[in-house]
Amino acid sequence: MAARAVWLAFRGGLGRRQAFSTKANVQVKARVAERTSPVTHALRFIPQGSGRITVEVIEHLERLALVDFGSREAVARLEKAVAFADRLREVDTDGVEPMESVLEDRCLYLRSDNVAEGNCAEELLQNSHRVMEEYFVAPPGNISLPKLVNKNPSYTAKW
Amino acid sequence: MAAPMLRGVSPVRRWSLAWVDGGSRHRRTSPNGSTSNRIREQSSVAQQPLHTAQKPRKGGHKWAAVVGLEIHAQISSNSKLFSGSQVSFTAPPNSLVSFFDASLPGTLPVLNRRCVEAAVMTGLALNCRINKKSLFDRKHYFYADLPAGYQITQQRLPIAANGSLSYGVFVGNRWSHMATKTVRIKQIQLEQDSGKSLHDDLRSQTLIDLNRAGVGLLEVVMEPDLSCGEEAAAVVKELQLILQALGTSQANMAEGQLRVDANISVHHPGEPLGIRTEVKNLNSIRFLARAIDHEIQRQINELESGGEILNETRSFDPKLGCTVPMRDKEGKQDYRFMPEPNLPPLVLYDTASLPAGADSQQVINIDQIRDALPELPSATRKRLVQQYGMLPEHSFALLNEAGLLQFFQNVMKETRAEPKKVTSWVLNTLLGYLKHHNLAVSESPITPSALAGLLDLLDSKAISSSAAKQQV
Repeated sequence: MAARAVWLAFRGGLGRRQAFSTKANVQVKARVAERTSPVTHALRFIPQGSGRITVEVIEHLERLALVDFGSREAVARLEKAVAFADRLREVDTDGVEPMESVLEDRCLYLRSDNVAEGNCAEELLQNSHRVMEEYFVAPPGNISLPKLVNKNPSYTAKW
Repeated sequence: MAAPMLRGVSPVRRWSLAWVDGGSRHRRTSPNGSTSNRIREQSSVAQQPLHTAQKPRKGGHKWAAVVGLEIHAQISSNSKLFSGSQVSFTAPPNSLVSFFDASLPGTLPVLNRRCVEAAVMTGLALNCRINKKSLFDRKHYFYADLPAGYQITQQRLPIAANGSLSYGVFVGNRWSHMATKTVRIKQIQLEQDSGKSLHDDLRSQTLIDLNRAGVGLLEVVMEPDLSCGEEAAAVVKELQLILQALGTSQANMAEGQLRVDANISVHHPGEPLGIRTEVKNLNSIRFLARAIDHEIQRQINELESGGEILNETRSFDPKLGCTVPMRDKEGKQDYRFMPEPNLPPLVLYDTASLPAGADSQQVINIDQIRDALPELPSATRKRLVQQYGMLPEHSFALLNEAGLLQFFQNVMKETRAEPKKVTSWVLNTLLGYLKHHNLAVSESPITPSALAGLLDLLDSKAISSSAAKQQV
């Protein structure tokens, strides 16, 4: 028993970054969201809205991005991530030209218009699960999302 | 009546706000539902209530239709927009696909110089302001023929904006008088084409060919200044001629090199604009005019009988001669635009701003391109009218048929006959003959020299007019 207590403490000490599961505890702890908060400035935090994410928004996001917010914890994690990102709004950006990308000072290379690639149909088709006569095979119509049986996210963690 | 653009939100914040606060900023709350074609892409939340048209007052009020076009033209180039695979219409499936086109991880886009030049040429020909700095964005949506899950386009800051296109329409009864009208060009942008999907209903699957994926497209977005199918047809024809004259696109609608989507709504003059529908699958200019006119009539009938117009996408069925609703698109699409992180801004120069000692392969000089522009159709027609004294309608007719102008000029070179006579013979007799036998000018059994000789004989009164016609 003592050994186990030491072991748990040791694991706890190593960092909340590591997910840990013991025979007794199979819950997977959230990793990123529980990381210690980053650089803190002497800025006032102005919370925007309640920070709750509604079921409609979740369904919409799942449809768009084809991800599965299967568990309540996942939603909570998402809410924390959004709150984390919201802190960007504390910075006063009036009159500041927005940055387009970290590459914005570089030169965009222009390629001359000649044929240099292609003719690798066999290699590409090997990647596909199903192939028919040099065509990739896809399900008919658009990629469909299975209908949600119940609107509430399930209680048990799926991953 | 100018269509106001609802672009109150600054570019960067558009995405960051998109879904976090429920997209309230971007909901299309304006009753002017049909103004901007771009607003559809900026709105976010899927579960918006469908906008309904206001009930029109019955009796006696005239209807006005508002039509806006979005045209995609495939750029005529050797290789694709961001990769080095070949651009070709016919080839074995998936043989013209590079690793980038197939969206394999680790591949990056490299911009094709020729496509940029084509965009600048087209922008200059359409009197646009060329943006010296333009940006690339990603437009996300899932479809089997879009392997990356996003399309690289230029939504925030396109390469050209604020232009105009002049076109001719017949006023009054046919062939009597031509008037010139103008449609405003909102913007021109470079974007990628998607692959081709062939639907195999028998086996309930879709076959994907990525040969077309990544080919450069010029999207020409026009303001909704048009009011009927005939005007739309004239605009598309004129754009086709311009693109062909510039060589930037072969603009063949039948081969899918020119694709037109029409946004149509009706309203009573003086009242707010109505709900618009989008009509797709328009494969020829004739279908385009018919589909638009039919859709206008359908909307009028619907509204007059007390119904309402849904903001939907419809497809034109040429066999039925009417528009039918397309497959359900799951409410409003949210494209989640974001800057393309792998491409820096595209910077163009003119002679004044060209950096000294710059590699000429790596810079594009707008002034140089402007000086090298070929003669545009409108200039050609003006020249014909001045040089040969022909009516404007005839100059339009000569240019509208592929190869006819060249034929006419060849005849003029070899004959002594008057231009008016040659014009009349080419447009009436020859063209009539070709149309009757369903032939293109290139297939004409009568060569320019033959016609020239015939006209010379006629001119010297060696033969009579009817005999000459019989020869043809």
